[in-house]
Amino acid sequence: MAEVALPARRPVAASRLAGRAADLAIRSLVPVVLALVAGGVLLYALGRSALSFYGGIWTYGIADQNWQQSATTMVPLLLIATGLTVIFRANIWNLGYWGQFALGAAVVAGYGPSLLAHLPMWFATVVLFLFAAAAGAAWTIVPAFLKARYGTNEIITTLMMSFVGVDLANILVKGPFQDPSIRTPQTRAIDFDKLMPPIPGTSIDCSLLVAFAVVLVVHYVLTRTAFGLRLQILGANQRAARHMGIRLPRLVVGSFLISGALVGAAAAAFVLSPFWGYVRADQIPNYGDEIIPFVFLARLNAVALLPFVAFYAVLFTGGDFAATQVNLSTDFLYVLVGLILLFMTVIEFLGRRRELGGSYLTVGLVQALRAPLWRRRAAA
Amino acid sequence: MIVATIWTQVFWTSVVAGGLLAGVPLMFTALGETISERAGVLNIGLEGMMLLGAYCGFLGAYYGHTQWLGYLAGIGAGAAASVLMVVLCVWLGLDQIVVGIAITLAGEGITSVLHGAQFGASEPRLGATPTLAIPGLDRIPILGEGVHGQNPLFRQPLVVYLGFALVGLVAWLFRSTNVGLNLRAAGEKPEALDAAGVSVVATRSYAALATGALAGLGGAYLSIAVAGVFTPFITQGQGFMAIVIAMLARGKPLWVIIGSFLFGISISMIDSLQLVGIDISTDFGHMLPFLAIIVALVLFARRAYLPPALALPYVRGAR
Repeated sequence: MAEVALPARRPVAASRLAGRAADLAIRSLVPVVLALVAGGVLLYALGRSALSFYGGIWTYGIADQNWQQSATTMVPLLLIATGLTVIFRANIWNLGYWGQFALGAAVVAGYGPSLLAHLPMWFATVVLFLFAAAAGAAWTIVPAFLKARYGTNEIITTLMMSFVGVDLANILVKGPFQDPSIRTPQTRAIDFDKLMPPIPGTSIDCSLLVAFAVVLVVHYVLTRTAFGLRLQILGANQRAARHMGIRLPRLVVGSFLISGALVGAAAAAFVLSPFWGYVRADQIPNYGDEIIPFVFLARLNAVALLPFVAFYAVLFTGGDFAATQVNLSTDFLYVLVGLILLFMTVIEFLGRRRELGGSYLTVGLVQALRAPLWRRRAAA
Repeated sequence: MIVATIWTQVFWTSVVAGGLLAGVPLMFTALGETISERAGVLNIGLEGMMLLGAYCGFLGAYYGHTQWLGYLAGIGAGAAASVLMVVLCVWLGLDQIVVGIAITLAGEGITSVLHGAQFGASEPRLGATPTLAIPGLDRIPILGEGVHGQNPLFRQPLVVYLGFALVGLVAWLFRSTNVGLNLRAAGEKPEALDAAGVSVVATRSYAALATGALAGLGGAYLSIAVAGVFTPFITQGQGFMAIVIAMLARGKPLWVIIGSFLFGISISMIDSLQLVGIDISTDFGHMLPFLAIIVALVLFARRAYLPPALALPYVRGAR
């Protein structure tokens, strides 16, 4: 009997796995679709054509050779997302990515022109990436120390450091790094032939390959090494981690530094990409804000970031032109990103309740609808 | 040399009055955050709620031709945004930080888009808000006098006086009423509140709503009275500053006034310095309050206090 029953179990397990995969795909895709639909409704309410906006995203983000531009845009986004994945795994919130990015960008744009002029190009490029990574990492030291030593809420400290970092980057760009030959507050532009070369046969920045490699390495470290396991334990339960003898301060500071370094490296890729070669004051983009939902949608999995970041790179590249086309501020993308985050939390919640076989209304919800504030005394 | 330049009446008058002007939006918002932090809801979406309040407040005052309609619209907008927080975080127990980030992002985006779609490049301004002098006090030299572009210290819009009264009211609420006790229990030990027969979810819901309303009011004051105009991203991180003020005030409303005033001074310091001819870069001026917060956090890291159940959804029976 048992021999007969055993082989029968196999297809069940396989279909379960397929079901789980489908479930994951649905949970990751539905929020994006819902947000796009809600965004379309909003566009309609504003009297704009949703079709021409989303059509514009296709035209400018993918059609013809435009997908290559999206692929180049993807590089800094991907590196930032990877950096955030590392630290979010430990359930630590590094929300200071803008400052880390801005400082990295300022440093690269400031030292880039002279370094690239005097050193062999490959060497100078590596040095610049390291500079930017060091700047990004350095900007996490204060929050990391406060978190590790006193348990100070890192959301607050990283945000504050972020604002200071952006201002400092602007001061650097307007001051010591200012291009003396022009009046616009920007750094000297790096010669075009000294910027990152394209992948042969395309116009895609070759640092995309570097970013892919970084994603793979980070994925390996997070899923296959002791360090990755420690991060995960810390993220799951801090007390359990301490109980296991993990040195928390070291791990906290370490994950902060790695995260900051990756965000800084993203800034180097941004400045050295063929689109730029310089930084203008007050115009350093806040990519992190826009990429954060996709870090969650990828479930803190570095490889799973690839499709999501690719999607957003298209949305971002195309959305820039598409928003102008329908005569709207490009900040509309922020609305879409916020909506994706909101729908994601809701879908996540529904999925979890369904798994547990519960109803869709919580006990608390029913209670709150019933009980006004002032009838509370009797029970006390 | 610099000391001599600074030691003028104009400078100090403008420091005090400017600190109050810039501090009032912070005060409203930080007071709101104090209420919800005490009840165990960490509201990272404050920045977005302030922006929504600032935008709707501006619209209300612009089309309604009275500041009061503006403040009402601001309160309404902030409260409406916090309904999202109440439903998702308090009722359904979703991650407060993720939802907060989402509200901030969506708030930044939607206000910028709507403002751009409605006014385009033309940026209409509001007139000066009517003020009310405290008889007697407004005659005090230095403190009572006004500098160009700022209201004198004792001649403020009515809403400022109401704001101070509100802080007092909240302090009294926390200290001597059952409502305050419930709020504190919801953040310190929700199980105990539940065991006492009080709904944790309801208590936190009211707290989060109040927070949204106050943040909206703070934003409305910013656009109506401080700037007289709405520009996208007008808050420039003040929502986050308010969170820090609430943290450092350790849940004590009266300390919120002091903290907001000090950070208000650091925001307006750049204008005061320019008044006496000391020119520092805008970037440095903008950096100052955040730098001050970092320094304050490094120095007082151990003193900052957050309730133990903060940012944790309450699930009855869960351990």
